[in-house]
Amino acid sequence: MNAVTSQVPSDGIREGTAEGILFWGLSGGERTVKHHKPVSDRKDISGCAIAGILSESGRRFGGETITRAIRNMHDRSNGLGGGFAAYGIYPDHADRYALHVMYDGPEAVRAGEAFIRLHCEIHDDEPIPIRPLEKIRSRPNLHRYFVSVLDQALARHYELTEDDIIVHMVMRINAVIDGTFVFSSGRNMGVFKGVGFPEDIAEFFRLEEYEAYLWTAHGRFPTNTTGWWGGAHPFGLLDWSVVHNGEISSYGINRRYLMNAGYPCSLQTDTEVITYLFDLLVRKHRLPLEAACMALAPPFWSQIERMPEEQRKTARAIRIVYGGALLNGPFSVLAARSDGMIGFNDRIKLRPMVAARKDDMLYIASEEAAIRTVCSDPETLWHAEGGVPIVGRLRPKEKDVA
Amino acid sequence: MRKWLVEPDFLVERDPDRCIQCQVCVRQCANDVHEYDPDEELVTSDSSTCVGCHRCATLCPTGAVAIRRAPLEFRPHGNWTAETLRNIYKQAETGGMLLSGMGSDRRMGVTWDRMLLNASQVTNPSIDPLREPMELLTHLGRKPERVEFREGAPGGLATRLEPQLELQLPVMFSAMSYGSISYSASLALARAARETGTFANSGEGGLHEDFRRFAGNMIVQVASGRFGVDVDYLNNCAALEIKIGQGAKPGIGGHLPGEKVDAAISATRMIPRGTDALSPAPHHDIYSIEDLRQLIFALKEATAYTKPVAVKIAAVHNVSAIASGSVRAGADIVVIDGYRGGTGAAPTMIRDNVGIPIEFALAAVDSRLREEGIRHQASLVAAGGIRSSADVVKAVALGADAVYIGTAALVAMGCHLCQKCYTGKCNWGIATQDPYLTKRLNPNIATRRLVNLLRAWALEIKEMMGGMGINAIESLRGNREHLRGVGLTDRELGILRIKAAGE
Repeated sequence: MNAVTSQVPSDGIREGTAEGILFWGLSGGERTVKHHKPVSDRKDISGCAIAGILSESGRRFGGETITRAIRNMHDRSNGLGGGFAAYGIYPDHADRYALHVMYDGPEAVRAGEAFIRLHCEIHDDEPIPIRPLEKIRSRPNLHRYFVSVLDQALARHYELTEDDIIVHMVMRINAVIDGTFVFSSGRNMGVFKGVGFPEDIAEFFRLEEYEAYLWTAHGRFPTNTTGWWGGAHPFGLLDWSVVHNGEISSYGINRRYLMNAGYPCSLQTDTEVITYLFDLLVRKHRLPLEAACMALAPPFWSQIERMPEEQRKTARAIRIVYGGALLNGPFSVLAARSDGMIGFNDRIKLRPMVAARKDDMLYIASEEAAIRTVCSDPETLWHAEGGVPIVGRLRPKEKDVA
Repeated sequence: MRKWLVEPDFLVERDPDRCIQCQVCVRQCANDVHEYDPDEELVTSDSSTCVGCHRCATLCPTGAVAIRRAPLEFRPHGNWTAETLRNIYKQAETGGMLLSGMGSDRRMGVTWDRMLLNASQVTNPSIDPLREPMELLTHLGRKPERVEFREGAPGGLATRLEPQLELQLPVMFSAMSYGSISYSASLALARAARETGTFANSGEGGLHEDFRRFAGNMIVQVASGRFGVDVDYLNNCAALEIKIGQGAKPGIGGHLPGEKVDAAISATRMIPRGTDALSPAPHHDIYSIEDLRQLIFALKEATAYTKPVAVKIAAVHNVSAIASGSVRAGADIVVIDGYRGGTGAAPTMIRDNVGIPIEFALAAVDSRLREEGIRHQASLVAAGGIRSSADVVKAVALGADAVYIGTAALVAMGCHLCQKCYTGKCNWGIATQDPYLTKRLNPNIATRRLVNLLRAWALEIKEMMGGMGINAIESLRGNREHLRGVGLTDRELGILRIKAAGE
């Protein structure tokens, strides 16, 4: 399975499954567009626009707001990648893992679905609704599944939790099944992304039809043009989604650190690494969110020296133990999870990040203009300090209401 | 003097127009090259014993003395080089092993010089270390896999870190024993370590009473001879190092001749005055990895688990398995000493033919420990032929937590690498115990020169890191993305796990 060409599904098509979908692609002498993972070992470098909007009270709102914010920063991306993460969008399937999958062709569908069925029961599935759009010409087949982990799988991997099994499954699919890419795997949330400007991607995925209490968005400016849908951001794993602007100069060691911790980093992107680091530190190592951020963008030793005793001990331990997780180089990151979002900059603030609050809303974006587009009179508005996280938390009580 | 078949290595030239017969050269040369004839009122030179240390030429007030390679050249031969012939003549003459000082002088190719560093352009700003913080602080010791927090504990921190060595820059002075080097040289190393916030290493010669005040900046060695080891010694240091092997002479022991064992060295090494100090080839209580574990924990028990224990091994063929075993045996720091590592004395054939270069050993060990998921359990220190700050940066990028420098430190103190340390006639007052020679090394000046060297290297390391867009040394450590190979084979690139230039 390599390039996507116009293909008609072969035999064995089942109604309502992804195999029943026609596969699109460029045809007739044009450059063949690949949707499978690039084989190049080169690192993916890109500049970007990011934005995030959270209702801390859990009030859900449509995708047009975040689209307006990210559209305002149009010139920060170059049309080679845009994407969104939305939380609270699948209330009817809230307890199922929602898998969003890109397929290259029917063989990929068969291989991907067979692999999913090894570990999961598929309760419901459907093509991800899209809107035909002149600007979005080449695209993979996009399908979503609502699944739960099979009891047999849990028994087989008694040392793993349900989350672990989903993580392993997603990584395995993305690493070894050619032409199949799971780009979203959380509960009651979803990632929508592709090659194009973010506002076009929003239109393509009909995001105005979804309601979420937390939205993040990304517009990409890659310096190498792989034009690969899976390479767009946000990067998702379980209910983590990360959008990021920057280049991690510590990538080489972050990647090795993660690979030793069992995360095969197959995508050569900084965002993948940041997502896995959050998963490792917060989910597996159970670090408090602030401690995890401290590991990723720690205070300088000179600052640590001036801290009160207990705080100093903690900061010192984190720096000494998590040297391999330290993210160096210019970045602003927005990491989201079902219970909130966190934005933070590199330690010396080499990339922009602005935040604002009004009522129960927290806005974070690369530029102030993007925030003012959707919130003209914020109560507070500030520039994130280097290495100091901005945390927005969903208020627990109202989560159920959402 | 009996004429033998070995022609001099060097030719001493004296310009009679410049020479003022002051006899500085006569007094400075411990090898008796220069002689003053009072009747003739003339200084003359006999090149045959010249080692090329440049002491006379450096101190000659009128620049009258020049040292050249001896012009006598053998007929060129690809196999039977001049060095080979000389070695055979020497052995035919003496019937003894060939001895050398310092690291191997063979042209094996230095792989550091085949690796180039990265710098930021456009997509990633470089960082100016003169304007922004640039952190070199390094911690050596065992780390837990994760930090644990506990409800209710003060600050919430549940993890207690094992003892760590804190270095202001990832460079330490490697093991050089008092005995192999002079009191002044040892003192300068200890002082410089304290002044720069790093560590000096006692070597296997014990710790002189006077140096115990530097305990906070000393690593003390426990080697096969156990010289000077008692509980007091073990507790007058910041860390302990079990020396299994040395890069210059893997697999063999050491020998300090009895002539060098004067009263002070006798007291420090805890051996009778005038007796040879023989370090056995193996530790006679370590014949296996489980024995090593026993010694590691014996030392930890003796020091109440307050100090990290390092294990120093020579880089040999299966170094990664040995390093892995050492970590599993409880080593908190593993020191790997490469093929080009220095020494006071080693059989030339061993020095030049045994072991592997540090670049490959370090890359292999770091990769292996990561594959086994135990890299965090021990810090890695690379040693053996680190010549410059660029070597340090490349070593850290390959995976070293820190490096040891020995030869570079000696050179900073004045060593001219004549490779005759084993003769005890060091004209620079470094590798000798002869009071006439040792007083030449002013410990204050030597300390300042060592501090200057480390300061200069720190500036250069920061500049290189800033160029890469990195402002903390831990982001460089093991970050092989910042290295590219030039002129290396695929296989070598594969072992180093670095990409070729252009990739």
